[in-house]
Amino acid sequence: MNIFSLAYDYRNFFLSGLQYTLLLAVLGVFFGFVLGIAVALLRMSKLRVLRFIATAWVEFLRGTPMLVQLFLIHYGLASFGVEFSAVQSGAITLSINSSAYLAEIFRAGIQGVDRGQVEAARSLGMRQAMTMRHIVLPQALKSVLPAIGNEFITIIKESSIVSFIGVADLMFQSRAVTTITYDGFTPLIVVAVMYFVLTFTMSKLLGRLERRLNTDDRR
Amino acid sequence: MIAVKNLEKHYGKLEILKGIDLEIQKGEVVVVIGPSGSGKSTFLRCLNLLEQPTGGEITFEGESITSRKHDINLTREKMGMVFQQFNLFPHMTVLQNITLAPIKVKKQSQQEAEKFALNLLRTVGLEDKKDAYPNQLSGGQKQRIAIARALAMQPHVMLFDEPTSALDPEMVGEVLEVMKKLAEDGMTMVIVTHEMGFAREVGDRILFMDGGFIVEQGTPAEVFGNPKHARTQDFLSKVL
Repeated sequence: MNIFSLAYDYRNFFLSGLQYTLLLAVLGVFFGFVLGIAVALLRMSKLRVLRFIATAWVEFLRGTPMLVQLFLIHYGLASFGVEFSAVQSGAITLSINSSAYLAEIFRAGIQGVDRGQVEAARSLGMRQAMTMRHIVLPQALKSVLPAIGNEFITIIKESSIVSFIGVADLMFQSRAVTTITYDGFTPLIVVAVMYFVLTFTMSKLLGRLERRLNTDDRR
Repeated sequence: MIAVKNLEKHYGKLEILKGIDLEIQKGEVVVVIGPSGSGKSTFLRCLNLLEQPTGGEITFEGESITSRKHDINLTREKMGMVFQQFNLFPHMTVLQNITLAPIKVKKQSQQEAEKFALNLLRTVGLEDKKDAYPNQLSGGQKQRIAIARALAMQPHVMLFDEPTSALDPEMVGEVLEVMKKLAEDGMTMVIVTHEMGFAREVGDRILFMDGGFIVEQGTPAEVFGNPKHARTQDFLSKVL
């Protein structure tokens, strides 16, 4: 079947799938980002216990397949009476998984900020949290922006695993269309192109943001 | 104003400061000289606890700042510091660099902070740079901004850690000029420097440090004109 007519005929499937994919990607990026900063700060805490928890978090989430994590949250926790909807499980899995990778990126960025910056801020009477927020994090985030961009793109793509637990995302819809049309190829190409448009747009946007930040201070 | 009693600092087995005693009066300009590795920068950095002393006591305006209960952040508001590497915040304009701490720490209004900042920029002769980013400035300009940034907190004392050592020779003068003006206005200053001419001209008191001790101190005339200690004589003969 012609790819364009298939895409057009089944546009409702693909567009509704796109909504779920976008929703999960946005949630994953947002909560992964916030959680990632928190985990990165915990990893650099003075308290050994907090450092240990954060390190264990990162190592576990990086060291086990995301599909296993997804099933643990969706099916595993259910056997303890903790039940999430498929979308909730998907969002939680994407968020915690990306938080681990982002935490490592943030940590590298934070540790890469010149010590003198912290000393200057502290010498002005700024407290540690204030220094982190106004001096260290802005510089750290800027320097690791390309790496953050990679992680965002990964989240968009990896969100496709939620189709395993029945979230009707792009991947799920491509299989639905295959079932109807008996075409095992074209629907996959359609969603592949749609994923690519998402990630390519993302990478262009980040590239633009990067250039804009660079005009501030070229060193 | 500042009293230092038996100050010690060591990293593991390595002793940097081996018992420093010193009193600094209000309005005094104290210049610390000495060979590299003598502990002068460490000593200066202990004064606002950027380095945590391992022994001894420091009191500032009658308060023991080395005591565990003391909140050093409050003291640091009153102690300006200028670094060898400037340490301006690269992601902020000159004006933001100067007003950040007054706004966030002293809770000044933006208007008030900016007005004061512009005055300071005028004193250091860089009014026209208020919207520039640090990377657009020369080393000498950066250091003058760094001085303005420290002054914006209206400190009672200014600490200078080799403020001209990272500068190209032709820019040293403009920074020293600003510091001289500050000294003439009665600011209490502690300066670690290798600029002997400047030390002699501006210092009220010269400290010569070597091996973690204050080996000799006195007026510039005494220390430069008639050094008593052999190590001072040796050092001065090499640098003058």
